[in-house]
Amino acid sequence: MAYVAVKGGERAIDNAHAWLARDRRGDPAVAELGLDQIAQQLGRAIDRVMAEGAVYDRELAALAIKQAQGDLIEAAFLLRAYRTTLPRFAHSEPLATETMQVRRRISAVFKDLPGGQLLGPTYDYTHRLLDFTLAANGAPPPAAEAEAEAAMMPGVADILGHEGLMERDIASDATPADLTREPLAFPAGRDARLQALARGDEGFLLALGYSTQRGWGGSHPFVGELRVGEMSVEITQPELGFPVDIGDVTVTECQMVNQFAGSKTVPPQFTRGYGLVFGHAERRAMAMALVDRALRADELGETTGAPAQNVEFVLYHCDNIEATGFVEHLKLPHYVDFQSELETIRRMRADAMREAAE
Amino acid sequence: MTRIEGYNFAYLDEQTKRMIRRALLKAVAIPGHQIPFGSREMPLPYGWGTGGIQVTAAVLGQQDVLKVIDQGADDTTNAVSIRRFFARTAGVRTTTHTSEATIIQTRHRIPEHPLTENQIIVYQVPQPEPLSKLESSRVETTRMHGLAEYGLMHVKLYEDITRYGHVAISYDYPVMVAGRYLMAPSPIPAFDNPKMHQMPALQLFGAGREKRLYAVPPYTDVRSLDFEDHPFRIEPHGQRCARCGDAASFLDEVHTADGIRWTCSDTDWCAERVERGHGGMDTEAQGARHA
Repeated sequence: MAYVAVKGGERAIDNAHAWLARDRRGDPAVAELGLDQIAQQLGRAIDRVMAEGAVYDRELAALAIKQAQGDLIEAAFLLRAYRTTLPRFAHSEPLATETMQVRRRISAVFKDLPGGQLLGPTYDYTHRLLDFTLAANGAPPPAAEAEAEAAMMPGVADILGHEGLMERDIASDATPADLTREPLAFPAGRDARLQALARGDEGFLLALGYSTQRGWGGSHPFVGELRVGEMSVEITQPELGFPVDIGDVTVTECQMVNQFAGSKTVPPQFTRGYGLVFGHAERRAMAMALVDRALRADELGETTGAPAQNVEFVLYHCDNIEATGFVEHLKLPHYVDFQSELETIRRMRADAMREAAE
Repeated sequence: MTRIEGYNFAYLDEQTKRMIRRALLKAVAIPGHQIPFGSREMPLPYGWGTGGIQVTAAVLGQQDVLKVIDQGADDTTNAVSIRRFFARTAGVRTTTHTSEATIIQTRHRIPEHPLTENQIIVYQVPQPEPLSKLESSRVETTRMHGLAEYGLMHVKLYEDITRYGHVAISYDYPVMVAGRYLMAPSPIPAFDNPKMHQMPALQLFGAGREKRLYAVPPYTDVRSLDFEDHPFRIEPHGQRCARCGDAASFLDEVHTADGIRWTCSDTDWCAERVERGHGGMDTEAQGARHA
């Protein structure tokens, strides 16, 4: 009977999964992608999936990308689901980003600054011309090499801080919020907001950050500093009592410097928007910093009302795993609700037509 | 089905299950009140039952018998998928028979077969906040619940009545629990609302994406919101199930090449009735052919 067709059943699911697996593999005459190829040659995709999946593991991210056929939100979802099953052993010590082994570090507010400007591997000044030698698998020309400098690089915020021109960030010993353990609650502290933004959807953050530049919650931003590089992660085990290096991560940090008109208690000074994300992800770190600053409007006594300044709106909708799940759940059957709705509409139409006839 | 290796019983680790059970105890102690909990990412997408799955995982024991339905049916794809998930990760016995199950996870329906004190029904909840369509800020709605300030919802019902002559909410119809908290019954049809009132079974609600749990303990008052002069009522659909002839159960309207058929949404209920000898249009037509 026809209605049976709309029922799924075990066999339909099995067949669908088998078809999906074949679809994923593509033409078997074409060599299969290795995880090392994805990890080595699709590094920015790996970075995005690690950030949104909230797991720093390049190999697992490569597997997720392969399994998801390059659907990066689906890949981040796979990592998140895997993350759930992992026990939590420890929290890391805070990263001191001035000790970062930078491969790229730029400031837009000073021509030169202690530690220097370091352009590094960037697409910024490439001409976006399709490079057909890549299609022909051409080997890249050799890149110049130099010894890494191990010098400390103070952040731009510290340079401005000496003059009192920059708001101070005060270190805190409080345990930071963890949205993966405690649900979002309001008012949401900056720690919780930054965590949500660091995992948030890059496209959503980008659009929100962009909206602040177009007058929807403007904050006159300057890139105080953007740096990309490697950092050691350390944990302190209680039985040891001193920090132990457990590995390196690549991170991108953005210190946005924003104007602030001052208030009754605070003289005019610069304020900060902050972005710190896994991997080499400059757009993401900058968007995060813009949105972080926009979300501080209330705290700084500025006028609010733009979408990027609405903490509830931004935090409840920035997670793409939540968003994609709920949008796509509309594919699930809703025929019971629809049936109830049908009956209500029919009744309302009958009433309306009766009234019209009278 | 044998259990998948490398994962804890029912997927979640014991610490997480304990956290969820604590939240559930709180939920049972304050009927209808939404309890925030540290909802985890599950291997199924948000909006597909992650809240219900986490609640089920937290209360499931090795001796439990699990039934999973979606739209009242055991064989809809998502019900199959969730039932398989627990068969794989917990190795528990599953059933389609409402009366055999100790835990029933549901999306959008309450089974027709009355539930007992020995059963738990777990609802999948997309939006736990009953006021969400009227007030988008959770800071505001939390305050309203705290003050039991539900005027906004009464105004919405009143406006419906003045405009249409009746309340125009057909599913997820708001209820008052134990005379205190306004609660979203999840998107079950309003038809099912009366079943929640004084139900002998424990009713648990899980909203994974929104990270909220709530509960209705056994034998608790659950009243659909209404007015004295406009009492809540279920409109009879005036149809009978084509398979089992039932005129009192919730029916799905199915469009076929031959026209419209009405069949029970609760597939187990329907099958049991057919087994007991009840028949509808289908069997009558067959009987006529044989005669």
